[in-house]
Amino acid sequence: MIPRHLIIGVAVLLMIALGMSLYGWRMRSRVDRAALSESNSQTVAPPVSGATEQVALYIAYDDAGVLHPKPVRIPLPAGRQERASELLRVLLNIYLDKVSPHPLGAGSEIRDVYLVDPGLAVIDLNAAFADNHRSGVLVEELTVVSLVQTLSANIPGITRVKILVDGKERDTLAGHADLSNFYDVPAVIQLAAQLQNAQ
Amino acid sequence: MRWNKILRLLAPAPAFRWLSRGRSVPAVAALLMFTAAVFVAFVRLLSAAPEEKRIAIYSTAANYTLPVLDRNGDEYVGLLEVFEPLGNVTAKANGNHWKFRYNDVESDFTAGKTRGRIHGSDFALPSNFLLENRRGLVPLSCLGTLMPRILGGPVTFNPNSRRLFIGNVAVHFTAQVSKTTPPKLVINFTAPVSPSIATEPGKLRMMFTHEAVAAPGSPLLTFDSKIIPSASFQENNGAAELVVAAGVPLIASLSHDGRTLTVEPIAQAAPAQAPQNPSSVIASPAAGSTAPAASRRYFAVVDPSHGGEERGASLTDQLAEKDATLAFGRRLRQELDARGLATLLLRDGDTTLSLDQRASLTNSARPAVYICLHATSQGNGIRVYTALIPPAAENRGPFLSWDTAQTAFEPLSRSIATILATELQNKEIPARSLIAPLRPLNNITTTALGIEVAPPPDDVSQLTSAAYQQSIAAAVAIGLSNLRDRLEAGR
Repeated sequence: MIPRHLIIGVAVLLMIALGMSLYGWRMRSRVDRAALSESNSQTVAPPVSGATEQVALYIAYDDAGVLHPKPVRIPLPAGRQERASELLRVLLNIYLDKVSPHPLGAGSEIRDVYLVDPGLAVIDLNAAFADNHRSGVLVEELTVVSLVQTLSANIPGITRVKILVDGKERDTLAGHADLSNFYDVPAVIQLAAQLQNAQ
Repeated sequence: MRWNKILRLLAPAPAFRWLSRGRSVPAVAALLMFTAAVFVAFVRLLSAAPEEKRIAIYSTAANYTLPVLDRNGDEYVGLLEVFEPLGNVTAKANGNHWKFRYNDVESDFTAGKTRGRIHGSDFALPSNFLLENRRGLVPLSCLGTLMPRILGGPVTFNPNSRRLFIGNVAVHFTAQVSKTTPPKLVINFTAPVSPSIATEPGKLRMMFTHEAVAAPGSPLLTFDSKIIPSASFQENNGAAELVVAAGVPLIASLSHDGRTLTVEPIAQAAPAQAPQNPSSVIASPAAGSTAPAASRRYFAVVDPSHGGEERGASLTDQLAEKDATLAFGRRLRQELDARGLATLLLRDGDTTLSLDQRASLTNSARPAVYICLHATSQGNGIRVYTALIPPAAENRGPFLSWDTAQTAFEPLSRSIATILATELQNKEIPARSLIAPLRPLNNITTTALGIEVAPPPDDVSQLTSAAYQQSIAAAVAIGLSNLRDRLEAGR
């Protein structure tokens, strides 16, 4: 015969264990949700303070399939390479905004921008940028030309641009736009001029 | 004398002793040659890959071929693939059940069963329906009865040759030998054709793979001519072949936009006697040669992008870009062929081709124009692309840099793209020409265009519609046909 107080004690302990498990499970779900929303949000505020200057961002508009320069005033650091990185970060924030004219996939980031003399710029995208990019000739072309043209129009001396993904060469952005070759800036300027006209 | 010496030297060896026992040298030599021939034939028989079984389907929407699969001793074909080029199709597998919808007609089949339902009525298959990786397979022999039930129109199917004609699409021909000297065999077709032509001693073969050329009343045609006495018509494995027998080497030429094929002795084929604007001229090899005729010259190479493991963009939940480009490519080839413009489709099935392979195949074919096809669900209308050439690389003598091989053809490509876009706009199809970093356009050594098909304004679902694809294919083909002279000149 099991004593009555022992049965009650075991039942209470089981209920406490069950309650603690449910509480732990809820807390874990909450942390997961918070982590997910953090990874999707980009830094909107510019990390640089001080005097602002006017630059031209070449922004893609999917509705009309065009690319238009947009003058904006943003604070920019003094260093050439830092300026290049900051420019593309500002451009990326526009594309990752809720009312983006050219939405990019969740988690898209520009890992770094390197300026290599003479006249070469290397843009290193993260894997999510390419993996989550929409697939299509025009939609990929708009992204590539927007990045290259924004960089070359605001950083003097860039004549060629190479795009890497996670520090490595990749054949295409999302199945169409070629990333295996260098981009010749004069040719991209011609292409950007074409893309300013809607069909 | 030398043979006798060799035999005497071999004679001491037990294995060769029989050679010297009173046999004549010619007999031994013949025996050795016969043995060698048998060995070579045996090796060739073993090394030859079996020919892939195919079915050819001809319709007003598209002419296409599909692979035929051997399962449990019967021939099967994928039902979705059969109907996909003809209209809107969807299929859904649920356990052993497979629901298939073509336009408004619904069908149900069950894996391992011979009974199915089409449009609410029972339908009996000659052998079990098969489901492989959610792909529904039906016995090939039932297509002649199954397709009219779904299409609601007549279908003529020849199971032996695996050629299926939907509606009244058959191309008929008449053939007669002229009384001129030398005689000419003139074959008139009811629609343009562009056969593959090859010659061998005493024969000229014309292979029709994408044309619905129907069998004449008698498979053997005889003519009142000693030089071209006969021609025979054969059908096999989804293709038709017309073989002209002759005592002399022959040359064939197409005229009248591919509706007339003239075959004449090569020795008499002076340039002044050649037909006006021949679209395909194949030279016969020298008498006695067993080599095939010179390779066929294509006007256009059409390249449906992606394929196989590479799906391209997801246009809808069920439609991948690779399938849309293939369907559009087949329609474009048909439209170009119909205008007498011989066209090579680089991919006529779900196969994987690398960008370098596509460029190499195209450059080897030396067409007047290369067109790679893409499809998108974003935006609307047609975009005609030309290559964005990467920074200049060094050419070494006659060898062009692979990445900038298009450079010499870039001005013509851009000019053609602009004219083509304008012609499409004139037909009220929204179109635009652009430069794009799109391989393999920059690797092509001829006029190279990329065409991206987007849905019409405000109706994404129309992208998969056969009527929309057909209208675009016809408009592009008309545009290219109008530019034919400029493209040929730039070749």
